[in-house]
Amino acid sequence: MNAPAATQNLIKGATGDWEIVIGMEIHAQVSSQSKLFSGASTAFGGAPNDHVSLVDAAFPGMLPVINAECVAQAVRTGLGLKAQINLKSVFDRKNYFYPDLPQGYQISQFKHPIVGEGEVIVDLLDGRRIVVGIERLHLEQDAGKSVHDLSPGESYVDLNRSGVALMEIVSRPDLRSSEEAKAYVTKLRTILRYLGTCDGDMDKGNLRADVNVSVRRPGEPLGTRCEIKNVNSIRFIGQAIEYEARRQIGILEDGGAIDQETRLYDAGKNETRSMRSKEEAHDYRYFPDPDLLPLTFDQAFVDGLAAELPELPDAKKERFITQYGLSAYDADVLVAERDTADFFEEVARGRDGKAAANWVINELFGRLNKEGHTVSTSPVSAAQLGGIIDLIGEKVISGKIAKDLFEIVWSEGGDPRVLVEERGLKQVTDTGAIEAAVDAIIAGNPDKVEQVKLKPTLLGWFVGQVMKSTGGKANPQAVNDVLKAKLGIE
Amino acid sequence: MTDLTRITVAQARDGLKARTFSATELTQAHLDAIEAAKSLNAYVLVTPEKALEGAKAADARLAAGEAGPLEGIPIGVKDLFATEGVRTTACSRILENFVPSYESTVTANLWRDGAVHLGKLNNDEFAMGSANETSCFGPSVNPWRRTGSEVPLTSGGSSGGSSAAVAAGLCLGATATDTGGSIRQPAAFTGTVGIKPTYGRCSRWGTVAFASSLDQAGVITRTVRDSAILLRSIAGFDPKDSTSADRPVPDYEAAIGRSVKGLKIGIPKEYRVEGLSPEIDALWQRGADWLRDAGAEVVEVSLPHTSYALAVYYIVAPAEASSNLARYDGVRYGVRVPGKDIAELYENTRAAGFGREVKRRILIGTYVLSAGYYDAYYVKAQKIRTLIRQDFENVYASGVDAILTPATPTPAFGIGEKANASPVEMYLNDVFTVTVNMAGLPGLAVPAGLGAEGLPLGLQLIGRPFDEETLFALGEAIEQAAGRLDAPRWWS
Amino acid sequence: MAVDEKTVRRIAHLARIRVTDEEVPHLRNELNAILDFVAQLDEVDVSAVEPMTSVLPMELRQREDVVTDGGYAERIVANAPQSDDNYFVVPKVVE
Ligand SMILES: [Mg+2]
Ligand SMILES: [Zn+2]
Repeated sequence: MNAPAATQNLIKGATGDWEIVIGMEIHAQVSSQSKLFSGASTAFGGAPNDHVSLVDAAFPGMLPVINAECVAQAVRTGLGLKAQINLKSVFDRKNYFYPDLPQGYQISQFKHPIVGEGEVIVDLLDGRRIVVGIERLHLEQDAGKSVHDLSPGESYVDLNRSGVALMEIVSRPDLRSSEEAKAYVTKLRTILRYLGTCDGDMDKGNLRADVNVSVRRPGEPLGTRCEIKNVNSIRFIGQAIEYEARRQIGILEDGGAIDQETRLYDAGKNETRSMRSKEEAHDYRYFPDPDLLPLTFDQAFVDGLAAELPELPDAKKERFITQYGLSAYDADVLVAERDTADFFEEVARGRDGKAAANWVINELFGRLNKEGHTVSTSPVSAAQLGGIIDLIGEKVISGKIAKDLFEIVWSEGGDPRVLVEERGLKQVTDTGAIEAAVDAIIAGNPDKVEQVKLKPTLLGWFVGQVMKSTGGKANPQAVNDVLKAKLGIE
Repeated sequence: MTDLTRITVAQARDGLKARTFSATELTQAHLDAIEAAKSLNAYVLVTPEKALEGAKAADARLAAGEAGPLEGIPIGVKDLFATEGVRTTACSRILENFVPSYESTVTANLWRDGAVHLGKLNNDEFAMGSANETSCFGPSVNPWRRTGSEVPLTSGGSSGGSSAAVAAGLCLGATATDTGGSIRQPAAFTGTVGIKPTYGRCSRWGTVAFASSLDQAGVITRTVRDSAILLRSIAGFDPKDSTSADRPVPDYEAAIGRSVKGLKIGIPKEYRVEGLSPEIDALWQRGADWLRDAGAEVVEVSLPHTSYALAVYYIVAPAEASSNLARYDGVRYGVRVPGKDIAELYENTRAAGFGREVKRRILIGTYVLSAGYYDAYYVKAQKIRTLIRQDFENVYASGVDAILTPATPTPAFGIGEKANASPVEMYLNDVFTVTVNMAGLPGLAVPAGLGAEGLPLGLQLIGRPFDEETLFALGEAIEQAAGRLDAPRWWS
Repeated sequence: MAVDEKTVRRIAHLARIRVTDEEVPHLRNELNAILDFVAQLDEVDVSAVEPMTSVLPMELRQREDVVTDGGYAERIVANAPQSDDNYFVVPKVVE
């Protein structure tokens, strides 16, 4: 925690350098059909109070029964974070009153979480690698939702989310800039999506962050922190940290002190502000939920889940680098989503990995982004893209024709090999035909022929002319060779 | 014709089967008795249409030879059990208008077996009390009176409506719940039998929670056999309750009449508490003698942490209650008293909706869980609870089959007589029963005769976990020796 | 650890129960009486004792992840003191 500050992370204040210290509590909605302690649906966007059972609405005499899949998902996530899995954990009640909290308490894990210490490796754009410590992961219930704009002076309460399982993932204060924080959340989200334990959909609030921010002079002890609650986009996380750090530095440089408090990020105004209503003395009166017994399972259960775990992004990245000879950057891009990595591997199977990566990243991704597609909705399949790459490799088409062919496959579909045949896109490798074309150009441009002898770079002009006259289908290498021979250039 | 409100569940079952009387006649007799006994305030809601409809259906099934084990048996339900479409209040103003859309597992089991629902029985508000005096409907009244006195006595609490109704012939049996003695103490006060089964034996689903780790449903009846019959119906595994025990339910009735010869009965010396009335002490002696006469071996045992049980109870129960009762906030059901904002709405609603005793317990529970006090009170209490359970485990490990104690330190007292008693004094009512809840064990209260004032006195048998059968066998032996008690029906 | 009137008010607010000025001294006395009573536990040495976490030695059962409940919003709001369009309605909650 007191490692020397990376100099690129320091913020220049009026009175010297400052270092930002960030820790995060991520609330990740567990992917499951039903809620943590009831059989009601977790589906998004139901009619008001439709995905609500008597248990979720805390009717008298209702009792919680735990969802096995939520337990397994938490363990999978713990394994993905290389974390300690606790074979015994305890559910506590966190007591407070709020209209979206029907029981008057949230069932959470306080003293004995299901997952203990772990870590997340984050590769930054500038090439640095940081290791973010995970303090714990615990299971807890989500609250309901209050709608404030349906009636003046009243709030409308919908409990559809009430009782949905959340994993609260608490990091150590190991992050030192908004960039690092954003990269950490991005990486964590990638891991969760690989594991299939949380869909990471921040628009739906399925992944949200409480961001703890403090500032200090480099090398000094931690400053007083403020917690920015429920930030629900990676961009906003960055903006909230930037704003909050500057606010704190401003106060400190003016000789003031930071109040430890909970703050809210207002994306519209790009500022954080104090949540006065939540400031009232917190006394959650945690105690073990007497409606539940301690949660226990054996190592064999954990081992079974570990054995079924998918290859995770870090391992996949290393493998892509060694197996396909990719650059770290390309590997990072490809492993960011599991389906992109899978798509790439399908394209690369039995082909040149670098060429496959090049086509996937530069041609396909560019096009997908432009058209608002994702890999899963790509009009060009991995087999089709592979087919195009094969045709280049076999010298049936040139790189230029390949791009045209990609366009045809994108908009019309079809087997690339058949398309090449049908549309006469085949590269001309027949030396006779090329020679004829070369002869015609040489004969028609005696002045250029003279010039090229003095200035060999003019050869490119001849290549272009020949390609033009052959409709781009001539093999560029063959054209080059024939021209050189006929013009007497070495 | 016999008075159908003076027979037992077992007799009713036989009579119905033999078509000596119909379920409708049996139910009507009870509805008439309830009507005549309004002064006892045992019922807070009578459901005559539902009862007669149920009886009619029972008669049809009896005629078709499809009778369930409790076909046509009229039952009263403590108002702590949620009953679908029938107002369920926990005898609290805060739930005075609450009509559940669901049926508690315990009552659902009764109806599944053919029982007839007469109505809802009085209890202390949220089961917090020992005299049924905290009910928002006022106290239930004990059918028993001191010899030559008309002073109304308490029928005990919190299941005071259940005990009064059973003793007065206003139902053949009643459901009840027990958190610190709320089945056994009212049974002892009214000369009835009450079984609090092992924690986890009956589902808590759909029963208004008081203290989750202590609450357990049971029954109050006029005989030990009847308790065995009803328990078999209400007990059983319920996947909706994480603390419900997944084990088969024995035929408890088969234990009635089983020999108690050779059973080892422990007499815990620590239960000879200061202030134990000579009358109760003598009763205890007599109970031991009866069991010895029946062939059991009686030995002295030690439960060294007994004296702390009540203090532990008055930390653990309010702590859990303070959290369990947080849901009564005027938002989703129950009474709402408006306020200028949500915080005021909560405070107004809960101030008006809860009675004094409930508020007192919520406050003490909130205090012992609050920052800085949690370890000193709650954690410490749960540790001593471990010691209390170990005491029992040690005794049972030494070969003891069951433990015999008095059920209550005194017979029933007058309603309002202890109005000026401190809360702590009131809590002493539970001194013999509360350890059993601490350890999750089964306990049976059996009437053992009348005291000097002509009031029933009860003994308590404490068993090994899930060994209710031994309690029924021993209880039957005591019942045989002591004889059954029948309350004089002065009100009709 | 005697409770004073300020503590009674703080606890009452935590429990969201309005207490009147007249009630506070009574409550304070009652709470202190109970706390005095439970103070006897101080004499027990519990240093080597585990707190009870489950009344009986049982494992927490887990249920299968299937949707078996919900879909009855009308029942959920049927008892509500105030509701609209199957929402519960409360005075405006400000963040
Ligand atoms: Mg948090
Ligand atoms: Zn949380």
